[in-house]
Amino acid sequence: MTNGIPPAFIFILGALLVPFLRGRAKQAYLLLIPALAFVNLLSMPESTNWTLNFLGYEIIFDKVDKLSMAFGYIFTIVSFIANLYALRVKDDGQHIAALLYAGSALGVIFAGDMLSLFIFWEIMTISSLYLIWAKGTEASYTAGLRYLCVHLFGGLCLLTGIIIHVHQTGSLEFGVIGLNGLSSYLILIGFVLNAAVPPLHAWLADAYPEATITGAVFLSAFTTKTAVYVLIRAFPGAEILVWLGGMMAIYGVIYAVLENDIRRLLAYHIISQVGYMVAGVGIGSMMGINGAAAHAFSNILYKGLLFMVAGAVIHMTGKSKLTELGGLHKTMPLTFTLCLVAGLSISAFPFFNGFISKSMVVTAAAEEHLGAIWLMLMFASSGTFLSVGLKFTYFIFLGHDSGLRPKEPPLNMLIAMGLAGFLCIFIGVYPYALYKVLPHDIEYSMYTAEHVVLTLQILLFTGLAFFALLKRVKPKEGITLDIDWFYRKGGKALLWLANRVIGNDREEIIREN
Amino acid sequence: MKKKIDFFDKPENIKRMRRVFLSCLLVLVLMDLFIPKHPHFVWENYPGFSAAYGFIACALIIAVAKTLGFLLKKKEGYYD
Repeated sequence: MTNGIPPAFIFILGALLVPFLRGRAKQAYLLLIPALAFVNLLSMPESTNWTLNFLGYEIIFDKVDKLSMAFGYIFTIVSFIANLYALRVKDDGQHIAALLYAGSALGVIFAGDMLSLFIFWEIMTISSLYLIWAKGTEASYTAGLRYLCVHLFGGLCLLTGIIIHVHQTGSLEFGVIGLNGLSSYLILIGFVLNAAVPPLHAWLADAYPEATITGAVFLSAFTTKTAVYVLIRAFPGAEILVWLGGMMAIYGVIYAVLENDIRRLLAYHIISQVGYMVAGVGIGSMMGINGAAAHAFSNILYKGLLFMVAGAVIHMTGKSKLTELGGLHKTMPLTFTLCLVAGLSISAFPFFNGFISKSMVVTAAAEEHLGAIWLMLMFASSGTFLSVGLKFTYFIFLGHDSGLRPKEPPLNMLIAMGLAGFLCIFIGVYPYALYKVLPHDIEYSMYTAEHVVLTLQILLFTGLAFFALLKRVKPKEGITLDIDWFYRKGGKALLWLANRVIGNDREEIIREN
Repeated sequence: MKKKIDFFDKPENIKRMRRVFLSCLLVLVLMDLFIPKHPHFVWENYPGFSAAYGFIACALIIAVAKTLGFLLKKKEGYYD
């Protein structure tokens, strides 16, 4: 058949075979699935062939256009990289969960109707939850429970919105919804919750750092970026998203600067990065939409790489706090170099992929004369270099010598990291590769003298401030309270209250008898 | 444990890197005066605006984070 199969099916059906394979065969198989899905994508025509009639509604599994293809490509690429990174994991459950998670994310991307979208959306929640719980600690169990509750709430909002929407319009088709009335707001809440837009963001920084080392790499890629995709589909040009995006770009970096746990620092920084994408969706121009999609594409690569670096450090040292790390460049020079590549990419240095994609969003804001947003995004750019490019890298690999002398991580992890790093540089040097897959045609060169010089000014003077204030940015032990305080403490208060009321009742009953 | 002195352990290397870094800053600000510009906003016309904005943004983020940390930073195990 020449039409290609919806990639979700390849991953989800592929996951079923994992328990029956052993050793090398299993490892090869784990790489084969994403590779096969990628090749299969190349033969997907721009039409819908995989449809199903369900109670008079049309269910579409392969809504193929440039937008869904862009996300399809990067999702299959990162699945390959992350599976390679996770190749030595002995727990079959994690491999299956990761494949189901990637598959359901792809299911959402290629869903042409809201029913299959919702079902894949919920499979994502459950399969990603497994990657958190698989760590097997008390902390990961409770964080996973909170993750589940928050996402069930988001899923319910989404479902309610969909039902009202279908009732009103009579159509299950998933396309532009626009903000008009209750159903659209409910759907929006469901979407922005997964995009981790404050105040619906705390689940991310709470749960991702508690996931398994390899699980966090998958988590960093799919949930938030799928949310960006559905926002592009359903709410392009919704003005509220511009402001939410600008706000979250800054919110994320400030919390990232405060963090001591290396993966929590990165998790907060996801919120900041997704802010750029959300702002791009809100701007809604061709440049804005291209920027959002391009930034999702780039981000998956360097954020994945950063989580792989953090995972390698935790795997080799058993430590995850900046205060306990330092000086690792001595024995982990390759990991250090790859961390630098990711740091320069995420900070949008010229010749790295972040420069290409972040510039698109910023240019979109400039073209629409959104001065305040432009300033907010530039502000967050400085914070990105500060928190990830400098703080994260400096206090793990340089800084004060912790005395730890870990070896480099195993070869499969190194190759996976190298692959992600290579793609970060490749796209930075040859942006046309990325331009080609974006939803709108683009004729724009990021490499003008003006743009390069001004970007470098912002970044290097951020560096100057960092080294001038080095004593003040030194990581400190402890955790930082966030919105989740309300439900974590609130939940406890409720339990206490319930215990008291029921407890008193019980005492009375006992007394009466 | 074997003590290995590497690139970053030598003070003269750090000094050299600092000198290169500072000259880069200077060159960037000087270049700002000569490059052709197509600004969207008035402030992009001021030479060195981006440099100043980068420095101030970084210092401000650190200041805000420090203040927030003072209010919101708790001991590990706060929720247990």
